[in-house]
Amino acid sequence: MSDFAASASAIDGADPDLKRRMRRAERRRNLAYFALILPLALLVLVAFVWPIASLLVRAVENEGIHDNLPQTVAALRAWDGPELPDERVYRLLADELAQAKGTPKLAAIATRLNREEAGLRSLVMKTARHLPLPADVSAKEALIAIDPAWGEPPIWKTLKRAGHPFTAFYLLAALDLTVDAHGHVALAPPQERVYLDVLGRTFWMSFNVTLLCLLLGFPVAYLMAILPVNRSNLLMLFVLLPFWTSVLVRIAAWIVLLQNEGLVNRLLLSLGLIQSPLPMLFNRFSVYIGMIHILLPFMVLPLYSVMKGISPVYVRAALSLGCPPWRSFWTIYFPQTIPGVGAGVLLVFIMCMGYYITPALLGGPKEQMLSYFIAFYTNQTINWNMAAALSAILLTATLLLYAVYALRFGPTRVKFMKAR
Amino acid sequence: MKMRTLHAAVLGLALGAAAPAMADLTIISFGGAAQQAQEKAFYQPFTQATGIKIHPGEYNGEQAKIKAMVMAGNVTWDLVEVESPELVRGCEEGLYEKIDFTKIGNKADFLPQAVNECGVGIFVWSVALAYDADKLPQAPTSWADFWDVKKFPGKRGLRKGAKYTLEFALLADGVPPQDVYKVLATKEGVDRAFAKLDQLKPHIQWWEAGAQPPQLLASGDLVMSAAYNGRIHAAQQEGKHLKVVWNQSIYDIDSWAIPKGDPNKAQALEFIRFASQPERQKAFSREISYGPTNLKALDGLDPKVLGELPSAPQNLAVALPMNTEFWVEHGEELEQRFNSWAAK
Repeated sequence: MSDFAASASAIDGADPDLKRRMRRAERRRNLAYFALILPLALLVLVAFVWPIASLLVRAVENEGIHDNLPQTVAALRAWDGPELPDERVYRLLADELAQAKGTPKLAAIATRLNREEAGLRSLVMKTARHLPLPADVSAKEALIAIDPAWGEPPIWKTLKRAGHPFTAFYLLAALDLTVDAHGHVALAPPQERVYLDVLGRTFWMSFNVTLLCLLLGFPVAYLMAILPVNRSNLLMLFVLLPFWTSVLVRIAAWIVLLQNEGLVNRLLLSLGLIQSPLPMLFNRFSVYIGMIHILLPFMVLPLYSVMKGISPVYVRAALSLGCPPWRSFWTIYFPQTIPGVGAGVLLVFIMCMGYYITPALLGGPKEQMLSYFIAFYTNQTINWNMAAALSAILLTATLLLYAVYALRFGPTRVKFMKAR
Repeated sequence: MKMRTLHAAVLGLALGAAAPAMADLTIISFGGAAQQAQEKAFYQPFTQATGIKIHPGEYNGEQAKIKAMVMAGNVTWDLVEVESPELVRGCEEGLYEKIDFTKIGNKADFLPQAVNECGVGIFVWSVALAYDADKLPQAPTSWADFWDVKKFPGKRGLRKGAKYTLEFALLADGVPPQDVYKVLATKEGVDRAFAKLDQLKPHIQWWEAGAQPPQLLASGDLVMSAAYNGRIHAAQQEGKHLKVVWNQSIYDIDSWAIPKGDPNKAQALEFIRFASQPERQKAFSREISYGPTNLKALDGLDPKVLGELPSAPQNLAVALPMNTEFWVEHGEELEQRFNSWAAK
């Protein structure tokens, strides 16, 4: 592109017709490029960006109350405690609940309120059973007669808070935060905190797996890069073969190997090395083993492709000039592999962050990462807002990490490519 | 022109031929031994009687799949097996069709819990304490024994989740069965259950799939486990010396439900009617030790088969019914707290 711009400026002041023709040719070419990438861009937009964006919106969407009790919510906007709302609000609520009775709307209202405070679901259901109210009674007295909770300000505060069309409730909950009675953001009670720990654990386990993959993968990639082609091909086959096997099959194989009566324990027992079976399954150890086994090719392949392009001449030159082997490796060879290390580390780390099936099958509750809880909320409790909020946190963390990577490795890689 | 009329004629013939034949039914259950029993007791006889083919499928109770199907207006599951809290919640949320019980049978013949607005009970199951009689010299008799790691050393299996686990903890702590849900509805009660679980935490091996406890018991990984009684029975049939403790077990009902907007609703209802007859229910209980919901099926059942059923009078007498309302109300909050507790 820059070459093109330079040549365009070189003919500045020349034949204006030529300039126009060139510009037109350039436009046509750009159009052709654009048409070529259009299908992919559309695919990414339709199958990736749009669904993810619409899912993430759920993290702040607050459906349930404002859509099913619109008039009550509108009337509550003017109310701000501490005394009870007036008769009009009670009447609106009674009417709208009566309308929702017997439809999925009532369940939506009840479910949403129950998330704010367990127990409100039955309050809503019980109230609805007594509705509709006759037109000539005081709705306020009637509702309080149905359940005294309607005569206390907190329930109305909750209703008002849950009635906003958007909420930070789920995102805060995904960071172990809640809004207390005074409207301040505070840490959730200790027995309910879980996600910060899990997020930290997700990072920590991903970091360990990535580091171990790098330590194990680097020598293999190096060996593959320096061996003669026929032998390095064989090695490549060993790397790729597990890569082509189903993840579930490999996990099941580890279960067979590692269980109490499994091959490893039986071997160790028969050799007399241990007296009772070692607990090797459903803990951190088995999860690490499984994850490293599955992710190792993602480290080896980028490393190999970069190492293959490094000329052996530099290290030979360093050695012949008297640089000791370790130092010539560290100062001459290793820096040249950095783009491969960066790519491999990024790939493995980001895949680790989203790992679900391996910890679920090989780990106990202390090994579950964030994806487990996303699946839990999606499938088990159908709290898709919470699932979206946790996804948003995971996505943000991953993007931050990518930004760090791009700042650290991005320019080097560009420089490296330019030099070539 | 001629070709076109020919086409139309062929098409008309094909349509005419297709119309009287009934659509196939896709029936989703939890898989495993119970589904095999359903295959023999319900699916095959139903196909023989009506000519309607059945495509069995399995799921793990994920209501999200049904919700997605109903929301998208593309219902491909005609019948699903659901647990009670999911049935109540799904019915309120409009995921399931309302069921006209006159098309099924006489209400009075069924267990009261088996008759619901959106569902019809298939069978009674229970979660009970199970152990390997070959490995334990002395039989445990209650959840207090389950917690006694001195008398019975070794790992114990519990289902990874708050449901049943918290009830068992309170029972082990000496709460009388009839008060369990009353205590669990209070904050102190929940704290008490988790405190009791804290005592056992290092000795617990969590399981998620119902097939795991009999395997883990048989392999010697566990000395005792909470387990679905039918799974234990299936393992007994295979010659494993596993035992069920009925005392303080929790029982519940699995039900048939029809996802909202199912195009084959009429056939699905016909299937439910067929599977709810005493004869079919009897056949099911002979295949696997889950109890019939149609009380007429208990008549004339072999006492040996009956003794292994959760709905046998002597077993029901010492068991605790699962409180559906309680779990619909508190499920989300308690599962959250359980996750938090288990992850530490």
